[in-house]
Amino acid sequence: MTYPALSAIILTPLVILGLATVLTWVERRLLGVWQDRYGPNRVGPGGMFQAVADGTKILFKQDWIPPFADRGIFVAAPAIGMMTVLLAFAAIPLTMGTGIAGDMNVGLLFILGMMGLGVYAVVLAGWSSNSKYALLGGMRAAAQMISYEVFMGLSVLGVVMMAGSFNLRAIVAAQAGVWFIIPQCLGFGVFMLAGIAQTHRLPFDLPEGENELGAGFHTEYSGMKFGMFFIAEYAGIILVSSLVTTLYLGGWRGPFLPPAVWSALKTGGVVVFFILLRAGLPRPRYDQLMALGWKILLPLSLFNVMATGTILMLRAS
Amino acid sequence: MLDTLRTLFLTALHAFHRRATVQYPEQPPYLPPRYRGRIILSRDPDGAERCVACNLCAVACPVDCISLQKTEADGRWYPEYFRINFSRCIFCGLCEEACPTYAIQLTPDFEMGEYARSNLVYEKEDLLISGTGKYPDYSFYHVAGIPVPGKARGASERERPPVDLHSLLP
Repeated sequence: MTYPALSAIILTPLVILGLATVLTWVERRLLGVWQDRYGPNRVGPGGMFQAVADGTKILFKQDWIPPFADRGIFVAAPAIGMMTVLLAFAAIPLTMGTGIAGDMNVGLLFILGMMGLGVYAVVLAGWSSNSKYALLGGMRAAAQMISYEVFMGLSVLGVVMMAGSFNLRAIVAAQAGVWFIIPQCLGFGVFMLAGIAQTHRLPFDLPEGENELGAGFHTEYSGMKFGMFFIAEYAGIILVSSLVTTLYLGGWRGPFLPPAVWSALKTGGVVVFFILLRAGLPRPRYDQLMALGWKILLPLSLFNVMATGTILMLRAS
Repeated sequence: MLDTLRTLFLTALHAFHRRATVQYPEQPPYLPPRYRGRIILSRDPDGAERCVACNLCAVACPVDCISLQKTEADGRWYPEYFRINFSRCIFCGLCEEACPTYAIQLTPDFEMGEYARSNLVYEKEDLLISGTGKYPDYSFYHVAGIPVPGKARGASERERPPVDLHSLLP
């Protein structure tokens, strides 16, 4: 293994974990900005070290495993959640040359697969907690994530058809003329919604649903195990945002600035949009969520696949 | 769909609204003069303690946080000790209303946090201030009909000299 590859493998998880930690502070500040207040602004300049303070606190908290829990799985679940998210980042290309496995020919499939595996973290956490709220949260998470995964894959198909490849670098290269957000606007919308549901972020955070389930699948978790779910969720936001950037927003393409900066800027923009969704929208009812998925988004994404295929065929002939 | 986007837009616009937060320690809130905060014992314009240890404040106190003991010196009543347990006090101001001599007063100050509960028990020397508080000219012994050193009977404000019974002639 070459030296740059090795350093990328070591650096990427560190950077992602650091970003996810900082993101907890960024989110709280931004939510504050949109709610006419300031958010955490006391620790360090502008409250920057709030995440460090929170991390220190959560590390020193009692890490309690309930006696009725299924110990092995209970401990493994947050690790699975963390691992799948971090592994998925391997296939994300930051620029043409950087990224651990940016040139993987099934990069997109790999990421979708890893996000699919991420369901296990939530379901196993809900199951092994052996408590009804956690179990309900886990069941909701399973139903939600599996159904939204279906049209997450379908919505991406349009992009894959236009680029003719599952390779994420090739997909960005295919956006040389126009970003896929224009011809694939339908797929983009569906993918965004599915991405929110997949990372179970507000407004689709029904697996956690504080007001009816306590805290959902991580009700019984405390200390750093809860912290890992938390960080995994934020890393998931970054993952979906960078995926949106790569698939629909032209990846690292952009004038004047270096490619890595463009990638970071676009990803950051999508992350901010994610937080805006949380600030602005209320949580739907669970049946509304499922109805939206199966009755609206699934036909839409199928139509998108059909339309894209038809247009591509007509253009080719 | 459109109303969702509108909601998001309006939410984003809130970034430019005025903050509702008051940055408290740096930006102190306005406290009106009659704010009911930390309790003090005031002195009269001559610098003597106003409190006459009548116990009315302790009787009026709904949470029984005031404790005092009367003592006498030169014909005046004083509290021997005067103790307010601020961990019990609810800052209702009934003691101030009950006080016949304007001695006990509530002030616009609430910053009295302590790490040890016992530090919230204020003794007389913690409560006494050097000034007159809200009533700068009032002095109980100048209006009351009791003779004290430096003021004979009948020398109070709006008080006539005592009637000399022996000079009354038919």
